[in-house]
Amino acid sequence: MAAKVVTVTSGKGGVGKTTATANLASALAAENFKVVCIDADIGLRNLDVVLGLENRIVYDLVDVVEGRCRLRQAMIRDKRLPELYLIPAAQTRDKSAVSPSDMVRLCDELRPDCDWVLIDSPAGIERGFRNAIAPADIVIVITNPEVSAVRDADRIIGLIEAEEKGPARLIINRLKPAMVKREEMLSPDDVLELLAVELIGIVPEDENVTLSINRGLPIVLDGKSRAGLAFRNIAARLRGEQVPFLDLNDQGGLLGRLARLIRPGGA
Amino acid sequence: MSAILDRLLGRKKKSARQAKERLKLVLIHDRTDLNPGTLELLKDELISVISRHVDIDPAAVRIEMTQDGRQQRLIADIPLNPAGRRRVR
Repeated sequence: MAAKVVTVTSGKGGVGKTTATANLASALAAENFKVVCIDADIGLRNLDVVLGLENRIVYDLVDVVEGRCRLRQAMIRDKRLPELYLIPAAQTRDKSAVSPSDMVRLCDELRPDCDWVLIDSPAGIERGFRNAIAPADIVIVITNPEVSAVRDADRIIGLIEAEEKGPARLIINRLKPAMVKREEMLSPDDVLELLAVELIGIVPEDENVTLSINRGLPIVLDGKSRAGLAFRNIAARLRGEQVPFLDLNDQGGLLGRLARLIRPGGA
Repeated sequence: MSAILDRLLGRKKKSARQAKERLKLVLIHDRTDLNPGTLELLKDELISVISRHVDIDPAAVRIEMTQDGRQQRLIADIPLNPAGRRRVR
């Protein structure tokens, strides 16, 4: 086994980095790949609660880097998905406790005995971001179809290219198809034209995401959720499978179809 | 055309279009550190340099930023005046 290291980043906060990391990791682990996810957001740890593993933390990333424990001891194994492990962030330290070369060394130690390493990057473009992308083989940029998130995604994509970690792959998260249809939200085509990067997935807005985080159960394990399906498809594309993008306009109904007949440009 | 129709009927431009247009401009400046003021300055200097060697009409000079993938390109369109009609200094 030689793991691929995937970093999920965004520039702007609150667009879904942690949710995406938790769900891509869970989707891969559900397919029996051995996955280690690392929360690189030191001081603002959250991947543990999204995965429902917050009560099992003994050691964290900074403990490993500073030699207070072995790597294995900081890896929390998920009981529902036995192939999934989490290395949590330290909560009482800051980003300067870890350096990019620490992250490279740690991932090199993980590579031989797992299939995937997923890193949840902090928001911003400073040290925490540099730590998160240093060991990456693939960088995923996640954004929302909104002006501020797209602008920050563009900035981050430029930095990823400057660090020779490109080409970045894009997830458009929290898309509301009904608003896109009314032309009151940027469409995936708009976002792709602006950012000029390769798309790896579109995740529709889905209330079930909030429910799943409330419960600490990844949404990819919910067979009926559309967001869960979108994340499973992204995981499959990461593995190299060709999966068509979801048709997000299939809840148009009669009125929607009528409106499109009258104003063809509106579709 | 539909934009003109929209304006005639007093319809507001859809917000997604506005978002896209605003982002286009913002991203150009974010990517290049080139603001509209600097671009004007650059145009003036370019005109004065070129005029020293060939006869051009300063009013016809167009300098535009275009996007080619993630690459920004500065395109200068400088029509030359015919040599026969060269002004006598």
